[in-house]
Amino acid sequence: MDSSVAARPNGYSKTPRKPLLALAAIVAAMPLVLPNNYTYEVAILVGLNAIVCVGLNLLIGYAGQISLGHAGFVGLGAYGSAILAARYGWPPLVSLPVAVAAAGLIAWAIGRPLLRLQSHALAMATLGFGVIVSIVLSTEDRVTGGPDGMAVPPLLVQGERAWYWIVAITLVGAVWLAQNLIDSPRGRALRALHGSEVAAGALGIDAGAHKLSAFVISALFAAAAGALSAHYAGFITPGKASFLHSIELVTMVVFGGMASIFGAVVGAAVLTTLPQLLTVFKEYEMVLLGAVMMLTMIFMPRGLVPTLERALAAARRRPE
Amino acid sequence: MIAQYVLSGLTTGAIYALVALGFAIIYNASHVINFAQGEFVMIGGMASAAFFDAGLPLPVAIVLSIGVATLVGLLLEKLAVEPARDASVITLIIITIGASILLRGLATLVWDKKIHRLPAFSGEAPIVIGSTAGGATLLPQVLWVLGVSAAAVALLTWFFRRTLTGKAILAVSHNRLAARLMGISVRRVLAVSFGLSAALGALAGALIAPISFTAWDVGVMLGLKGFAAAILGGLGSSAGAVLGGLALGLIESLGAGYLSSAYKDVFAFLIIIAALVFLPNGLLGRRAAERV
Repeated sequence: MDSSVAARPNGYSKTPRKPLLALAAIVAAMPLVLPNNYTYEVAILVGLNAIVCVGLNLLIGYAGQISLGHAGFVGLGAYGSAILAARYGWPPLVSLPVAVAAAGLIAWAIGRPLLRLQSHALAMATLGFGVIVSIVLSTEDRVTGGPDGMAVPPLLVQGERAWYWIVAITLVGAVWLAQNLIDSPRGRALRALHGSEVAAGALGIDAGAHKLSAFVISALFAAAAGALSAHYAGFITPGKASFLHSIELVTMVVFGGMASIFGAVVGAAVLTTLPQLLTVFKEYEMVLLGAVMMLTMIFMPRGLVPTLERALAAARRRPE
Repeated sequence: MIAQYVLSGLTTGAIYALVALGFAIIYNASHVINFAQGEFVMIGGMASAAFFDAGLPLPVAIVLSIGVATLVGLLLEKLAVEPARDASVITLIIITIGASILLRGLATLVWDKKIHRLPAFSGEAPIVIGSTAGGATLLPQVLWVLGVSAAAVALLTWFFRRTLTGKAILAVSHNRLAARLMGISVRRVLAVSFGLSAALGALAGALIAPISFTAWDVGVMLGLKGFAAAILGGLGSSAGAVLGGLALGLIESLGAGYLSSAYKDVFAFLIIIAALVFLPNGLLGRRAAERV
């Protein structure tokens, strides 16, 4: 902790606005280099996963609470909006926010008892929640279409290029929200929880309430990304809510760097594009993906972005 | 009917118990949740089937497959966990997730993506217990699963209570620094615990393969259930792991029999979540207090 403060030349404590502008610039410039629809598709996938990861990082990286079931919230958002729109004829513009709010309400309801649990018990309980959601989604086939999935009505626009902008703007908005939250007293309370829950409690921080709010916010982000992805793709399957997807999401956060909002974005970008790139290796795809994950975490245990930030800071100091 | 459900519940429960013991041993020695634990089960089943298909006698094939898994466990510790020993717990967990993807990938390369079957250890003719109307039938393989699991648990208990290496592992799990000051090689304890967990997982894989088949991806679900059993029993407690495994198997089987087979896992996880809310340290777990 101390060294990272020392690495900042002016010792400012506020999160700088520059990275947010940089992200917005990169996102805005991307269409100049994206050659075709397929790359747009990958970029949209990256953006959707990044939205989930920015939220999940608030919970894991800042509040220090693990969740192995966040794909459950992605699934709730996706299926909630899809079912309201397809089966009940709601306009997607209404079904989407309603489904996201409902997922947030569910997170609030289950978060109250579950977040009292510590580390591994919490991991297990959230994992159980995710598995339950995914089983219900694949079993209630009259409503959800079962394992084969269901078709979802489109939201306003269609086509990769239009959707790129919807996802891009949502992502920048999500990052902006997350950054503001972390700069607020609430964010400092969350970080205190990560350090030590007992010590934070002794300082008068209501640990339960703060953990719950981080959980609900992360669930809202996940559900929003899920609902957007359902309307974008026009089709969803229960795989969205699977245990493996939950694990992927946590991996993206840790891979990119915990307690770093841009780490979450970079982690999502790398681990979403990597499998696409690795498909050229066909049967070696899984072996390579596993190896890259292991090597990165062994040699950069803090994650990609924090490690690179340190290396850059060290390089900047050296020439003097 | 109930006898049948209990019997099949105990059978899957015994397998979950072995996987859960693997989680508990590695957790005790290193505080790592080894998400590659299910892959040891997969290797046990797949390697046994491959060796058997290559013409080796069944017992030899099984012993060899346990050897292969143990070697993989030792390599995992040496090449992946040992170099990252100063990393945070969650980083180590992600490393084991990477390892599980790598091992699944290797399994599809070394073997294939088909479903494999191992023959039952001693014939397939079902044994009928009691009258056919109210009694139960069981496959001889079920007796193998229950018997060998019980023997493995007994052997493990002896190992932890009576041998110097077993006591060293317990010492490290209680207090790593104090154990090191007493001259215990923590590095060796880590290696032994990974090897042991891998061997247990592979044994479970070979035992269950004649009943439920085996394939490159069976480790995901079995690992998940083993983890659930370990947490239900109280992470780090060996007796808890066995109890948690059997309980999970019974809940699933009774739930599938009397309520709905599609929702058996939902009941299992609902009960686990409820159990955790009321007993946050599991059935037999130690109470942990956070130090400030």
